[in-house]
Amino acid sequence: MKKARVAYGGSIHEATEWEGNLKLDDGRIVKEDEVTWLTPVEPRTVFALGLNYADHAAELAFAPPTEPLVFLKGPNTFIGHNAETRRPGDVTYMHYECELAVIIGKTARNVKKEDALDYVKGYSTANDYAIRDYLENYYRPNLRVKNRDTCTVMGPWFVDAKYIEDPMNLKLTTHVNGKLVQEGTTADMIFGVGELIEYLSSFMTLSENDIILTGTPKGSVDTAVGDVVVTEVEGVGRLVNTIIGDEVFSNR
Amino acid sequence: MSIAKIKMLGVHELVEVAVNPETNTLALDGNDYHANDIKLDIPVTGTIFGTLLNYKGALESLGEAVNEKPHNAPPIAPILYIKPANTFNSYGGAIPMPEEISELEVGAALGIVIGKRATCVSEEEALDYVAGYTVVNDVSVPHESVYRPAVQHKSRDGFCPVGPWIVDREAVANPDNLAVRVFINDELRQENNTENLIRPVAKLLADVTDYMTLSAGDVLLIGVPENAPVVKVGDNIRVEIENVGSLENKVVLEKKLLQEAIK
Repeated sequence: MKKARVAYGGSIHEATEWEGNLKLDDGRIVKEDEVTWLTPVEPRTVFALGLNYADHAAELAFAPPTEPLVFLKGPNTFIGHNAETRRPGDVTYMHYECELAVIIGKTARNVKKEDALDYVKGYSTANDYAIRDYLENYYRPNLRVKNRDTCTVMGPWFVDAKYIEDPMNLKLTTHVNGKLVQEGTTADMIFGVGELIEYLSSFMTLSENDIILTGTPKGSVDTAVGDVVVTEVEGVGRLVNTIIGDEVFSNR
Repeated sequence: MSIAKIKMLGVHELVEVAVNPETNTLALDGNDYHANDIKLDIPVTGTIFGTLLNYKGALESLGEAVNEKPHNAPPIAPILYIKPANTFNSYGGAIPMPEEISELEVGAALGIVIGKRATCVSEEEALDYVAGYTVVNDVSVPHESVYRPAVQHKSRDGFCPVGPWIVDREAVANPDNLAVRVFINDELRQENNTENLIRPVAKLLADVTDYMTLSAGDVLLIGVPENAPVVKVGDNIRVEIENVGSLENKVVLEKKLLQEAIK
């Protein structure tokens, strides 16, 4: 069963997929385009992975890392499905990143990779935008590149872990304006879901609703204002986002 | 006396009290108490963002390395990181020393506590968005390289004590001229001043909120001075910030911490 968090009729609801529509927690059946989609869980600590696919690392001219390249995200950056992401007027290279999002279900410390999936309660799809113009070589990639308002998209669904037989064998695709631009599989991660949980929980405690964005395969292409970017993880969800420009913002 | 808000263990809401940051005392129900005599909880609930290399001396200590590989150039924008929820620690709380590590670095930081949602604020109006200030010990496992994010050095459990309170913005006439001192076992080990910031408080808020909204209750650390004192198990750390207060914590072996929690 797929679950979502949506705003409808002036309040926030949990919703489930219902024959192509949404069934709200109060029993109402509504159409998918009648709601505002929120991130399917409220993120606590969010980890994101850089260079976690060998082909993407090569594409960026980096050797694959020997230790996970992890950075953190704050709550300001998240938006849900069918929302809009700002492309600043001065940038020349802003790209999407289709990623499997792993949602932690219970407290985890010193977990071995063999047991790690017991600590996962579900999955979602993420699009972790990056603006390459702002890359600098200090705590790289830094928050100006990776924690901007509206630049981390997640949803539409939370899919319970029991419905995903093997998280390490899921197809990832990105389409921009209907054209396929990125294609890969979670099988090609350098550090898999189990290894990432083992690594992180070896030095800190993970808790329910912590999220790991597991990195993206190759296929990063610049996007333009007006582009409709669809990132999809097989069996998890198809996440739609539109790029908007500074002209929409009165303060830019 | 200054007005401050404290969070006491077991008391659900913040309580407004008069405090004396010099003596680290507060007035409660007609009595004066030292912060050590009150069970204090962490006074903030939002996201804590840290700033790297914001003291002139901290950047200078990198020397020519900023122009060499892998940095290739000095920093342009503020360099930020996040102290996640597992790092939150209270006044007097034990800082866990991980088993495989013998030394930790003290990060004496003024914490700017945000009072209202701040997006794209100008330098001139930035301080209107500040609720107050607190003292933060941004603890790290010592690490040389600042090229990649230091999650495993900065995000360990209990690595971000905050307290003893939030002094109201009005209690600090000029946040860009505050003495910062670190005492280890009552011995002065570090002394600096927020006048040495590359980005003073208002400028930092303006530059950060240009791309990142800060919400009420979030905390932005202005950075930590160069020559961070190093501590070992058993050391008592006191971070003092003029007009704000003093934050005390002790370093305890992580394993022992767990054992002590079992009654």
